[in-house]
Amino acid sequence: MAAITADPTTPAAKARRHSARWNSPWLNAKLLLGLGILLLIASTEFIGPFFVAPKLAIIGSSPTNVVPVWVTNYDKRQGFKPPNPEYPLGTESKGRDMLAVILVGTPRTLRVGLIGAGIGILVGIALGFLAGFNGGWIDSSISTLADVMLTIPGLAVLVVIASYATELEIVNMGAIMALFAWPLPTRVVRAQVLSMRERGFIQMAQLSGTSNFDIMFREIMPNLLPYLAASFTESVALVILATIGVETLGLGPTRIPTLGMTINNALQSTAIYRGMYWWWGPPIVMLIFIFVGLFLMTVGLDEIANPRLRQVRRQ
Amino acid sequence: MRGLTWQYLIKRLAMFVLTLWLGMTIIFIIPRLAVGDPTSAMLGRLMAKGGNVENSQELIQRWKERFGLDQPIQVQYGRYLYNTITFNQGYSLSAFPATVDDLIQRSLPWTIGLLAVATVIAFVIGNAIGALMAWRGTPRPIRNLLPISLLFTSIPAFMLGIILIWVFSYTLNLLPYTGGFDRQFTPGWNSGFILNVIQHAILPATAVVVVRMGSWALGMRGMMITTDGEDYMVLAEAKGLPATRRFWNYGVRNAILPQVTSLGVAIGSIAGGFIIVEQIFTYPGIGSLLFRAIQDNDYTMIQGIVFYIILGVSIAVLILDLTYPLIDPRISLKKN
Amino acid sequence: MTMEHSPNGAKKTQVVLAVRDLSVHYPTPDGDVIAVNHVSFDIYKGELLGLIGESGCGKTTTALAILRLLQPPGEIAGGALVLNGTTDLAHLHATQLRQVRWRDVALIPQGAMNSLNPVMRVRDQISDSIRAHESRRISNSEMRERVSKLLRLVGLPERVEQLYPHELSGGMKQRVCIAMAIALNPSLVVADEPTSALDVIVQRVVAQNLLDIKNRLGVSILLIGHDMGLMAQLADRIAVMYAGNLVEIAPARAVLKEPLHPYTQLLIEAVPSIKERKPLQVTEGLTHDLRYPPPGCIFQARCPFVMDKCRRVRPPLQVVKPNHQVACHLYNAME
Repeated sequence: MAAITADPTTPAAKARRHSARWNSPWLNAKLLLGLGILLLIASTEFIGPFFVAPKLAIIGSSPTNVVPVWVTNYDKRQGFKPPNPEYPLGTESKGRDMLAVILVGTPRTLRVGLIGAGIGILVGIALGFLAGFNGGWIDSSISTLADVMLTIPGLAVLVVIASYATELEIVNMGAIMALFAWPLPTRVVRAQVLSMRERGFIQMAQLSGTSNFDIMFREIMPNLLPYLAASFTESVALVILATIGVETLGLGPTRIPTLGMTINNALQSTAIYRGMYWWWGPPIVMLIFIFVGLFLMTVGLDEIANPRLRQVRRQ
Repeated sequence: MRGLTWQYLIKRLAMFVLTLWLGMTIIFIIPRLAVGDPTSAMLGRLMAKGGNVENSQELIQRWKERFGLDQPIQVQYGRYLYNTITFNQGYSLSAFPATVDDLIQRSLPWTIGLLAVATVIAFVIGNAIGALMAWRGTPRPIRNLLPISLLFTSIPAFMLGIILIWVFSYTLNLLPYTGGFDRQFTPGWNSGFILNVIQHAILPATAVVVVRMGSWALGMRGMMITTDGEDYMVLAEAKGLPATRRFWNYGVRNAILPQVTSLGVAIGSIAGGFIIVEQIFTYPGIGSLLFRAIQDNDYTMIQGIVFYIILGVSIAVLILDLTYPLIDPRISLKKN
Repeated sequence: MTMEHSPNGAKKTQVVLAVRDLSVHYPTPDGDVIAVNHVSFDIYKGELLGLIGESGCGKTTTALAILRLLQPPGEIAGGALVLNGTTDLAHLHATQLRQVRWRDVALIPQGAMNSLNPVMRVRDQISDSIRAHESRRISNSEMRERVSKLLRLVGLPERVEQLYPHELSGGMKQRVCIAMAIALNPSLVVADEPTSALDVIVQRVVAQNLLDIKNRLGVSILLIGHDMGLMAQLADRIAVMYAGNLVEIAPARAVLKEPLHPYTQLLIEAVPSIKERKPLQVTEGLTHDLRYPPPGCIFQARCPFVMDKCRRVRPPLQVVKPNHQVACHLYNAME
């Protein structure tokens, strides 16, 4: 009695394989959109200098209080100067060209985010594995520490740190941010490792003699990837948020402009009430794009990791 | 109390103490990492930045007395812990002889009032929207709220605050943009004052609420979807229970539990974000106090305020932890 | 084709549920999966009909269809489910369905572990089904009495009513589900593998419960399962399904002692016997792809007695002996 099997060469079977390739869960609309936005923003680092000389972002490099090119009537009493195509987004009260400020500040902000989240993720993976794999008191201490660090408002402590450390290099700032970025990935990794332990295939791997290291990278990692990626983008957003927060309070670098410090300068100069929306507007717009992009990526990656969250079509 | 066992209580209290202790220790360590004798160094920096601290000698003397700066580090640490816990944190560098605790305690009610109300509103509305969005019976327009609220959720509250000021105060001139109340009103429990306070509080509260609402909505929608697939939902449907009962007692009742847990985790970041919101609106809470302290390089104030923030958040989390067993019978039920 | 004889072969008894030509499809991008294929059978008042078959044969799907609990994309593609001779469950719309549910047809779910609401006490979960269907106001004391009575019926102590599900053992949870199911005294209870997740000793208790409610309340039970041994102890009649088709239906004794359909024979053979030592009987081949059932008999690929006719003509389910129906070309219809 021959068993009935499916013939792989029929046109139906071929069509099925083709559609499967295009149905890959990684082709998530939200993820792609978010990634697109962020790549666009990241490109400012390279493309920026072609449009505007970065030195225009330094204090005093340009005339002060120039209104943006699209403004027709403006308040001369405030000392605003007429629009000038050389400074398309206008300038602020200390003579910095806004377009240059954006193109210089944005990459720096992104970089802090990536560094902070990067370190946080690495620490998170290490600690998460340790905690999930070993259990016992190692797990308890790591988990408790992570919980405590999550409860303590990171921004508050960062304010204390930043008030003592004056000019912070981007790398150092990122590293410090990582202090508060590691608990989230740790929890995510630990949760995943624990759930996999329960599913028994870690035990199988151990029984078949695979080293712990191998188990970590061959068995667990592939399943962990979407969760890690979602955790990463979320952490980048958190780090950037913390950085912007600290800077808006006035605790950031003063030489080279960053988005947060620009907002702080604008607030100090009461730019809102003077109607100088081109001062605080562009940084905020850029930040909105960054956050929305990261958010989309996080949600998209979350959906990839947890298929049940994908579009639920109910009747 | 239903569901509360001694072990659970003690565990939560231990976490509370641990969090507080760790926070205080971090605040203690940071300045000492940077400099040797904190007080002189503080003052040195202050004067270098152009400020002039009056009675600086007296200040240093009193400081040394209270915090035992000439004593070994353990003693300093012990004294620091003791003084902080008893709300005796010393003097504000820029507003000497006003004490840190005094100044903070005057501003604290403003912050707690606004933040507590805004958080509760955001939580309730956000989860309500989220639950409705997951339910099949919800009409289209409400469902479309989701992408909109998602957009707001990704940006920090203070940025929305700036935009709100721009729109409502500057352009439309509808709502005030600074302070907690206008000067002509005398503080007190009279309706004029209270209304004015509310008027001033609307924009900052809105900024916080709108931003947090989206994340609760998203989370609740996810939880409702997960709950919908559970076996007990299938059985509830098989029992022919009316839709409202299934929605509330079987759906929301279960989906809200992880949301409450998330609230505990989120309180820290909500508080942090609010500081900046206060700064934007010059709202007379501890956020503005912190902002001014940073500007004045008033290190003692900065540390004092941060301690209060950590304390406040820890208390809020503790309260939340203690109420959790009341809504989830699976947690720490007494052994039968 | 109506059965006019009752389980014991005597006079005509009431038909509680008449399943006629039921088909359930799951549409997929690559074609409809035919989970249930033109299945017909009756359930009589006061009988326990066992529906047995291997995993994926469509028995649970049949049960879900009867309860109208099919999850999309699954849908009833055709047929009727006539309850008590009057109501067609397959064509009820929402409001009527909600009224009929639990009052006339109840469910004892498979995994009682997750079928009870974790945040509600046992008494509330039992009582809300009662309150949802009885229009008059029931006082708390009356409700408490009814709940106690139901718990006693399944052999649970009264104090269970105030407990939460996580405080109960697996067997206790299953029995609470049974108590819930009979709360409104339905005509039919569908029990979807109620003992599968339990250990043998608890299985016995639950099985006894099912017999008790059948005997004491006169409830008809449709018992879904794959444990032939359990069926032997509980069922009045047994219906065998294979790949979405009903292949044999007869009184339990007949199925066990003289199975007619080759598949049923293989099933019986596979049950280990305490009396004799026999080699493990492995059925050859795999079940076919449920999207493309072969023409003719669905068992042709694995049947030891397959004939040429089997590959061309689908054998109808027909009465070949008193009370015994089979869908197989080996047998001729009884005149």
